[in-house]
Amino acid sequence: MSEQNKLPAPEPALLNKTKKSNLILVFGILSVLFSIIPLAGIVFAVLAICLFVKNRSGMKAEIGKTLAMIGIVISIIASAVELLFFPLNNPPSWLSAIRSDFLVSSFWIDFENNFISEKRYMYILKGLGVTFEVTFFAVLLGIALGVVVALVRSSYDTLKEEMRGGFGKGLLWFFNKLCGVYLTVIRGTPVVVQLMIIYFVIFASSNNKILVAVLAFGINSGAYVAEIIRGGIMSIDKGQFEAGRSLGFGYVRTMAFIIIPQAFKAVLPALANEFIVLIKETSVSGYVGLQELTKGGDIIRSRTYSAFMPLIAVAIIYLVIVMFFSWLVSLLERRLKNSER
Amino acid sequence: MSADNKVIISVKDLKKFYNDGEVKALDGVTTDIRKGEVVVVIGPSGSGKSTFLRSLNLLERPTGGSITFEGNDIMAPSTDINKLRQKMGMVFQHFNLFPHLTILRNMTIAPMKLNGLSKEDAEKKALSLLERVGLADRAKAYPSQLSGGQKQRIAIVRALAMDPEVMLFDEPTSALDPEMVGEVLDVMKNLAKAGMTMVCVTHEMGFAREVGTRVIFMDCGRIIEENTPDQIFTNPQNERLKSFLQKVL
Ligand SMILES: Nc1ncnc2c1ncn2[C@@H]1O[C@H](COP(=O)(O)OP(=O)(O)OP(=O)(O)O)[C@@H](O)[C@H]1O
Ligand SMILES: [Mg+2]
Repeated sequence: MSEQNKLPAPEPALLNKTKKSNLILVFGILSVLFSIIPLAGIVFAVLAICLFVKNRSGMKAEIGKTLAMIGIVISIIASAVELLFFPLNNPPSWLSAIRSDFLVSSFWIDFENNFISEKRYMYILKGLGVTFEVTFFAVLLGIALGVVVALVRSSYDTLKEEMRGGFGKGLLWFFNKLCGVYLTVIRGTPVVVQLMIIYFVIFASSNNKILVAVLAFGINSGAYVAEIIRGGIMSIDKGQFEAGRSLGFGYVRTMAFIIIPQAFKAVLPALANEFIVLIKETSVSGYVGLQELTKGGDIIRSRTYSAFMPLIAVAIIYLVIVMFFSWLVSLLERRLKNSER
Repeated sequence: MSADNKVIISVKDLKKFYNDGEVKALDGVTTDIRKGEVVVVIGPSGSGKSTFLRSLNLLERPTGGSITFEGNDIMAPSTDINKLRQKMGMVFQHFNLFPHLTILRNMTIAPMKLNGLSKEDAEKKALSLLERVGLADRAKAYPSQLSGGQKQRIAIVRALAMDPEVMLFDEPTSALDPEMVGEVLDVMKNLAKAGMTMVCVTHEMGFAREVGTRVIFMDCGRIIEENTPDQIFTNPQNERLKSFLQKVL
């Protein structure tokens, strides 16, 4: 295998396959785009899935197939909505019957009460936006903190023998201890308590709830990210470090050019998972009155006195988001596995 | 010939202890490495061969004794060990190529970042080195796409790209399938012929005999016998060397 040259040009069959998987991808995208027009979305989706069944190969085909399935689901929902609400001059009598029956059904009355009247759906939409905002910035903060803490801790582990003492070593020792305390405290207390301490004690004078949530979840996630990244650094073969040093790279450059890029690649899926975990964790932000997705659903519940619809809606939204990102992570994982390592 | 050449590395009473002196990996090693020598280090497993080799570029920090490189004490606080390591290329048993970089990048990263070579110059040099070991067509490949023998040849030229004055080899063929040992030894032989100063830990007695200018036999952290390959293999003095040779030949 190793001696053979790289294929100069793909064989015809292979070429055909890539063409087909491109086609699957295009049909998948079209099925999502056209899903508002009921039949069009389903036609494209069926085309994509039929092609996929005949020719299940490659990442693009996989993505196309999944998009097609998403397209089908949206199409069905859109068709139902249009069937029931699309304004028509002379609706056929069977349709009018369905429509008037639906309008008095308890499902629709509940639904309208919980989401439509007084624009209550805005609680959900705005809450979703806040959830994403907090999660996004908290992840960034968490990764930044995590990288710093992981570097301090693994540097201390490797350099404590090499360094000859003095100020530099003392400083590193101090920061290492500091990071140790940070990890112990953050991982040893519940995130809700940390959130409330930051809001009611540390930032008692400020009312910027989003900032407080970003800080709380970022600092919290940083502790877990630090351990993920440290694990990644430790998983890199010691020989890599020695090879870098033996070429003449110092400690910092060996880490920067050789160890960190490999470690980062190794932990990328775990970091993406941390993002997924955080989306769900931010649901406790209601404790400090931040109106994110969960709190939005809860406010609706307190207004309408019906718990089922708003809470189930919130649950479904979390589920869809988590499933979608988990799917992205699994693509990423496969991608990394296939790429040269 | 070697006796009149300039001493590059001088090792005096080198000691390396582990576990507070319980394990004596090196127990007083003294020797000189001269320019153009090919020194082959042999000895049973655990005799301290790797520790000796890795002390020469301070991958292991000795417990006692001294090492000078071109007259400078390498353990002195004023010595820039990173500069020094650039003059000592090292080849490992398990290749240790950088898996996230292409072959070309594996070979150009150190010359570019450390010697300030431009990308064009570094790549030109890398390609001519790859030509020398017959792997120029693999420049764009990643390490995982190469066989063991190819990896080790790349590891050798990666070290050569820094223009070292000495090359250190720690069992470069021990992790290879038998049919790939030859191609790596050939590269080492050509290197020796070109006048490179080399210190090789190896179990390849044929190589020691053919290209070695001196053989060092180590046991229990000490140099037991040290002589020309001819004398070591045809006229061994020490009993431990005799029984070692009986086992490996
Ligand atoms: N980090 C360590 N801690 C404790 N003992 C060690 C350590 N590294 C090496 N040793 C010991 O030092 C001695 C010399 O080891 P070294 O690796 O130099 O032997 P070697 O001659 O290269 O053997 P081999 O042929 O198996 O590679 C051995 O007894 C080994 O167990
Ligand atoms: Mg060894």
